[in-house]
Amino acid sequence: MGGQQSTQFPDGVPIGGACDTVSGPAAAPDCLVRIRGLSFSRGAQVIFDRVDLDIARGAVTAVMGPSGTGKTTLLKLISGQLRPDAGSIEVDGEPVETLGRSALYKLRRRMGMLFQSGALLTDLSVFDNVAYPLREHTKLNPAMVRKLVLLKLEAVGLRGARDLMPSALSGGMARRVALARAIALDPMMILYDEPFTGQDPISMGVLVTLIRQLNDASGLTSIVVSHDVRETASIADYMYIISNGKVMAQGTPAQIAAERSEWVRQFMDGLPDGPVHFQYPAPSLAADLLVRGVG
Amino acid sequence: MANKARALVDGLLDPLARLGHGGLKALAGLGRAHLLLLGILAGSWDMLRRPRLLLAQVFNVGVLSVLIVGVSGFFVGMVLGLQGYYVLSQFGAKESLGVMVAASLVRELGPVVTALLVAGRAGSALTAEIGLMKATEQLSGLEMMAVDPVRRILTPRFFGGLISMPLLAALFSAVGVLGGYFVGVGLLGVDDGAFFGQMQAKIDFREDVVNGVIKSLVFGVVATWIALFQGHDATATSEGVSRATTRAVVHSALAVLAIDFVLTALMFGK
Ligand SMILES: Nc1ncnc2c1ncn2[C@@H]1O[C@H](COP(=O)(O)OP(=O)(O)OP(=O)(O)O)[C@@H](O)[C@H]1O
Ligand SMILES: [Mg+2]
Repeated sequence: MGGQQSTQFPDGVPIGGACDTVSGPAAAPDCLVRIRGLSFSRGAQVIFDRVDLDIARGAVTAVMGPSGTGKTTLLKLISGQLRPDAGSIEVDGEPVETLGRSALYKLRRRMGMLFQSGALLTDLSVFDNVAYPLREHTKLNPAMVRKLVLLKLEAVGLRGARDLMPSALSGGMARRVALARAIALDPMMILYDEPFTGQDPISMGVLVTLIRQLNDASGLTSIVVSHDVRETASIADYMYIISNGKVMAQGTPAQIAAERSEWVRQFMDGLPDGPVHFQYPAPSLAADLLVRGVG
Repeated sequence: MANKARALVDGLLDPLARLGHGGLKALAGLGRAHLLLLGILAGSWDMLRRPRLLLAQVFNVGVLSVLIVGVSGFFVGMVLGLQGYYVLSQFGAKESLGVMVAASLVRELGPVVTALLVAGRAGSALTAEIGLMKATEQLSGLEMMAVDPVRRILTPRFFGGLISMPLLAALFSAVGVLGGYFVGVGLLGVDDGAFFGQMQAKIDFREDVVNGVIKSLVFGVVATWIALFQGHDATATSEGVSRATTRAVVHSALAVLAIDFVLTALMFGK
């Protein structure tokens, strides 16, 4: 596993392998996000159960896991859209779960988030969508805004689509526009929720490179949530695999690839049979069909 | 035996528990609605620095409702002219037709019918718009860009409704008077001078006009508030949005009629 840590969580998962430091109250300078004892439930459904997780500054950290395990929820917790039931989430030294509105908004100006759905404003054109954060938070003159917007759109290959309305974009294009918007303010951290879904092989390749380049060129920190195992492993510096409210495995892509645990093998290799169940928790099919069959 | 008793107790307690649950849910909703209103009002300063957002919403809620309000006002005025004529002529008081038409419009029908029309036309549109923005994560997207969606999206819509409502009600009443004039004077032959002369003499600015404007301001607040709250509180699915839209129209219509009774009792019930 991570190997850099000696501390062990009751389940045998090492704490905070991503930052090369001792865990504890003295937050390490190279640890941008530090999550400790995070618990979160929706009604009776436990989504996180005392999870510890570290995101190293300047690295691309991937969070993977089966559909519905709470990857999107994790990003929402990190960005303060949801509050945890217990535990602490520190971003750049600030405790997100207790921040007031204005402090949280200040922090968010330094974060970009790429939503799974894109979340573009449907009454604004592509250009105005990307310009939105610039117009909101800076006093740049229109010429400067235009220049920046065109540069960001060029980076995602959609400069030619600037006059389109979001309704005229495909899902993959909308997500790339959303990416351009997320990097408009040159944030310190970007949260990517499924950046690769709906991309053709070419734009997928471009996106993979782009995420890596953005990260390295401007000293960004990236969190990539995805289930595209191969693409994600190819750009990640460190990976977490979560399932059933726990961190199942973590480490560099090489370490994960060498991981022997049956569970991790099944997930990484996409095997239908194994300890992971494809089905949402339910009584056995036979029982379900028989018991309520008549009525 | 024990089972039967148990079933009986459950049968008695169940409706009670459901009643309590429903009551608590309604109270919680009311609480959320008030918190939202506070948030909306807190954004008014922010909005004043971006007058164009407000203007756009006055256009959206107000200008786009002008046609339906104007046409409805004309028809309501014509009906008032007809009905008023038959009643008044029985007492030989058909010269008072102008007063009757104007008073009914300015005091009651103008504010109330306008509020119902606006709730149906603009209110439902607001609910659907906000609900869809929520369902498509546009509101969360704004939040992640450190822009408060309540202040940026809801506040201008709220004040847009608030400003438009009295203006639309005034339009409704004015066009309604013309409708009454058209039927009363034009078709039924009431004296032209008496129609307007009596109206001018008997309609009091404070008593009638100001009270009517107060009513429509209150309706503006209530109808827009309900519409915005239902959209903001909608379940983030297409079904949730459609149900919220229906609820917005039903709730605002009921609220407008109930509040109208209270206000009328306070204003005119001496
Ligand atoms: N608004 C909500 N209300 C109730 N439950 C929710 C809500 N949003 C998500 N959930 C539940 O939380 C769990 C985690 O959801 P989440 O969206 O974080 O999953 P995910 O890991 O991002 O899945 P995917 O890979 O499919 O996007 C799911 O099982 C879902 O049922
Ligand atoms: Mg997700």
